[in-house]
Amino acid sequence: MTPPSTPIVTFDGVSLGYGDFTVLSGIDLQVLPGQVVAMMGGSGSGKTTLLRATTGQLLARSGTVRVFGEDIATLHGEALRKARQRMGVLFQGGALFTDLDVFENVAFPLREHTRISEAQILERVLDKLQAVGLRRAAHLRISEISGGMARRVALARAIVLEPNLILYDEPFAGLDPISLGITAQLIRNMTDQLGCASILITHDVAESFPIADQVYLIGQGRLLAHGTPDDLSASKDDYLQQFLQGRPDGPIGFHYPLTPAFERWLAGRRGAISA
Amino acid sequence: MITGLGAFARLFGAIVARSSVLWRRPRLTAQQVHFIGNHSLLIIGVSGLFVGFVLGLQGYYTLNRYGSEEALGLLVALSLTRELGPVVTALLFAGRAGTSLTAEIGLMKAGEQISAMEVMAVDPVRRVLAPRFWGGVIAMPVLAAVFSMVGIIGGWFVGVMLIGIDPGAFWSQMQGGVDVIKDVLNGVIKSVVFGVVVTLIALYQGWTAQPTPEGVSRATTRTVVNGALAVLGLDFLLTALMFAN
Repeated sequence: MTPPSTPIVTFDGVSLGYGDFTVLSGIDLQVLPGQVVAMMGGSGSGKTTLLRATTGQLLARSGTVRVFGEDIATLHGEALRKARQRMGVLFQGGALFTDLDVFENVAFPLREHTRISEAQILERVLDKLQAVGLRRAAHLRISEISGGMARRVALARAIVLEPNLILYDEPFAGLDPISLGITAQLIRNMTDQLGCASILITHDVAESFPIADQVYLIGQGRLLAHGTPDDLSASKDDYLQQFLQGRPDGPIGFHYPLTPAFERWLAGRRGAISA
Repeated sequence: MITGLGAFARLFGAIVARSSVLWRRPRLTAQQVHFIGNHSLLIIGVSGLFVGFVLGLQGYYTLNRYGSEEALGLLVALSLTRELGPVVTALLFAGRAGTSLTAEIGLMKAGEQISAMEVMAVDPVRRVLAPRFWGGVIAMPVLAAVFSMVGIIGGWFVGVMLIGIDPGAFWSQMQGGVDVIKDVLNGVIKSVVFGVVVTLIALYQGWTAQPTPEGVSRATTRTVVNGALAVLGLDFLLTALMFAN
């Protein structure tokens, strides 16, 4: 077990990208046990990229990502497998297994990683489904449930092994107002009960601020601000205030920036029309 | 082309290396044998019956010229066990089970299910590909046997029931002329080889598909085209090796 004072996740001067494109650089952050940490930013700001770096699906171009005290880039095979068994991930689209029903989706990590009896699996899965309000939907096929229900099933699957670190990629997207409040409270309660760390990838200020201990705001390829929700709410920073209040005007542009590639494309289209 | 063959061979190696799932969790493979095999039974059975009918008619037409229509049973049985059983079953298998395997794996990729498994520390090659591979390899010879059996019944129906060949001659010629090792076993070996190749092609195409609707659609088409060409090419090679003298 990781000692309570040791950070569960540490990013130290991390740069991340795909191909020739650098998405984020100079990222420093720390997530402690028992904390709910919200990673916020606009669409395309690189929030999911941070999640992929934490799970070891994407390796840092520079800097170090430490998970459970170990450099994730140096973990391979069995060591990486062990580290991942201590994580739970809620994917943006749910990523439920469509060939299994609701019950078997939540039971999947238990069947793969534990040797507990069928009776124990039944109890634990129903318990987690109860927590997300879907105990009586255990028998349904994935094609029979709505998008919002699918995300709640995925949430139950992410927490069924009671991991040390839970990563939630847009946990509030597609939920109705009742599920939204319950899910936010569930994330907080799970973190407090298990003493685990939770990372929320979200742009939902209203739901994440009341439950978060720390908030990191990313944008323009870097870390723009971090602190407690109260610190950020009190900040005078224009960028931060525009994001938190959802104002259309400010330093964050709504329109995609003009690029030479677009100008060439447009000139070509216009040339073809006039020819 | 060479890179593709290399990746194909690597995937084969990775699946074989993770085949302990076959005895550690036999239920996973049994589910796939059921899914791949049972769901292909109808098309295999109906096709086998019609191929048998046609063999009965065409065989009788040729043999009758030489007054050897009693040998119809032997002709039907040899054609089916040595060639048509394994080959036609493999072609139908590529179209029925192969395409469904490719589409399933491709859509699992598109829906982030494969990524989700990796992040859950579950090896998708072991959990998803290996049971499907062995499911296909086990199902193929059984389906080929069903095809040949139903085909022989089709040949008997046309030859004996419709045309009126002596049933004793039909069955005794077959019994006396078909060699268990040379004909039946070689046919089984062929269908196992086709099972390995067609299932692997289907899984490889799904595994390497672009995770988009067009990507999955192209991969499914490639499964049928590459699967059919591989079966026909390998059939020539295996026939030359097995029945050369």
